[in-house]
Amino acid sequence: MTENTQAVEKQSAITLASIARIFLGIFGHFIVKRFLFFIFVVWLASTVIFIIPRLSGQDPVKEKLLLEAQRGGAMQTGLDAMAKTYQKKFGLDQPMSTQYFNFMKDLARLDLGVSIAFYPRTVNDIVFESLAWTLGLMGTVTILAFILGTLAGAVLGWPRRPGWVQYVFMPLLTLAAIPQYLLAMILIFVFAFQLGWLPLFGGYSVATVPVFTFEFIVDVLQHAILPAFAILFSVVGFWAIGMRGMMINTQGEDYMIQADAKGLKGSRIFMRYALRNALLPQVTGLALVLGTIVTGQVLVERVFSYPGIGDILFQAIRLSDFFVIRGIVIVIIFGIAGATFLLDILYPLLDPRIKVRSS
Amino acid sequence: MAELVTSPEPMDTEINGGFRQFNTERIQPIKRYAYRNPSLIWGFGLMIFLLLFVGIGHLVWDTEQFHPLSTPTRLAPTLSHDMVKGGELTGEVRAFPFGTDTAGRDLLAVAILGTPLTLRIGIIAGFVSIALGTIAAFMAAYYRGWVDGAIRSVVDVGLAMPGLLILILIRINIGRELSTDEMGFALGLVGWVFPARTIRAQVLVMREQAYVELSRLSGTSGMGIIFKEMLPNLIPYITASLVGSVAGAILASIGLEAIGLGNFSAPTLGMTIFFNIQFSSITLGMWWWWLPPLVAIVIVFLGLFLISSGLDEWSNPRLRKRV
Repeated sequence: MTENTQAVEKQSAITLASIARIFLGIFGHFIVKRFLFFIFVVWLASTVIFIIPRLSGQDPVKEKLLLEAQRGGAMQTGLDAMAKTYQKKFGLDQPMSTQYFNFMKDLARLDLGVSIAFYPRTVNDIVFESLAWTLGLMGTVTILAFILGTLAGAVLGWPRRPGWVQYVFMPLLTLAAIPQYLLAMILIFVFAFQLGWLPLFGGYSVATVPVFTFEFIVDVLQHAILPAFAILFSVVGFWAIGMRGMMINTQGEDYMIQADAKGLKGSRIFMRYALRNALLPQVTGLALVLGTIVTGQVLVERVFSYPGIGDILFQAIRLSDFFVIRGIVIVIIFGIAGATFLLDILYPLLDPRIKVRSS
Repeated sequence: MAELVTSPEPMDTEINGGFRQFNTERIQPIKRYAYRNPSLIWGFGLMIFLLLFVGIGHLVWDTEQFHPLSTPTRLAPTLSHDMVKGGELTGEVRAFPFGTDTAGRDLLAVAILGTPLTLRIGIIAGFVSIALGTIAAFMAAYYRGWVDGAIRSVVDVGLAMPGLLILILIRINIGRELSTDEMGFALGLVGWVFPARTIRAQVLVMREQAYVELSRLSGTSGMGIIFKEMLPNLIPYITASLVGSVAGAILASIGLEAIGLGNFSAPTLGMTIFFNIQFSSITLGMWWWWLPPLVAIVIVFLGLFLISSGLDEWSNPRLRKRV
């Protein structure tokens, strides 16, 4: 009997210790570390977003409301209700700590506030409606550009490539130096205005109703081709340049010489030895340029009047709709932080050395 | 050299010898290097072309016509436009080689004034961000410990937040238009994180180098090591990142202007792009309106891109083993 209890006690002590060890281990674990960093980024960004309006000493929302009241425009009716909602949301009469707490509470519930220009629509409503367009376009383009650019760069950085490659890809690479929105303008001029092959602007034809029919999908795809290529061309160049540099760096490495000495086929050395090792910094690069891609896309959407987040941002700036602007900034920053976190988790799958380091 | 110092020669031969010597010692290596590094030369060539256009333009053209309503509106490029006043010909014939826009600006004047303004924004922002970034990088890499930790987390978070978005928020809250110089400073203030990160990495590598070790062992102070040993060796790298920062800042400034947050009275390239989008010049067929700023921007970016990859080759010997 006593032996038994002792054994149980011993066992439970072991489990407690092991749980503690697992617990500590989890916090030391790579993924958890990255997750904590993700939370840290989100928190710090939110704090910066909270502080900025309070530093300037000015109150864009109040100014906007006053302006509208003076004009006596169509928004007059909602003005009182708006002022009240705004007072409650911003709570300028309350101490700073309460304001901060309320702001964070709203963010935690993903409540981005109420639009001023489109009252009583909520910012969530407006932003998430356009987000689908942006994500659909950007997701496809980013993945395509990554694959195409990485392959192009890999071939360019390979000493045994055919000679013509240089002359085909090098002009493409210079496109990386051209901002996406300028490329967008050139594409509109050539393919939409001059040749008339593709629509000039918008996400779908004005006459059509957004329902999921075959015609509508074709229409949407037609409208997406030019914006997609505008982003694609410049981003492909970026990947290709990075990849080319990495491929050149692998040339002198010992494992390459070894692979050569083993008499492996050129294609195998290219795919398994050079490409795989050169790929790693590219993935880190994706995390680093995500912000640039998003802001670039925002401007491309503006050029095309594409109904994504960029167009909404422009409209909000024009109408000085503070909450919508803030909402878009928050959504983009959180989105980038989240995507970076995902990439961080995926990274060990590509690079086994990360696992070794964390254990 | 020795010949010059020891034997007094007549004046003209001395100049001749001096030049020949200058030629072999200074010019020839530059020529040889230029041959090896064509992108640097092409980059500088493009920028010089642009500056020549601006400089000559300032001298020979009336740039006051960048103001709206100073010319007839929507003129295609022409060298002989009969001016009309009150429905009647005034007899005056004027040239508008770049045409005019919907608001009645002379687009040649806009191009002449706007190009250097945009470059100025980029240069101010580039210097501010490189200065801040270098200071932060040296503080992080030299003091290590919690200073390094703090700077690194700020940089990591800063990299996750697109500077353009933060600038949009700041600009909306300030509630007034920023002057072009202010915009340059603002871009510099948000743009220092990337240089800080890359320069810090360079400093960390450099810390372990033998000559820095030697300098430390021979009792050089920390500041002495930073200013006498590390900084001079980092100058090529810092110059290359400066060019990158300038390009990034110009890109961001044009973005900020294109989305409607620029200075409406400054005829920068970005504002011209903004007006183009606003008044849909492409659909109106006014190619002369969007083409010059577009070409100018492409030249700026291509030039800076070539200079920066040329400088990379200069500062990073690993890249010299080119394919």
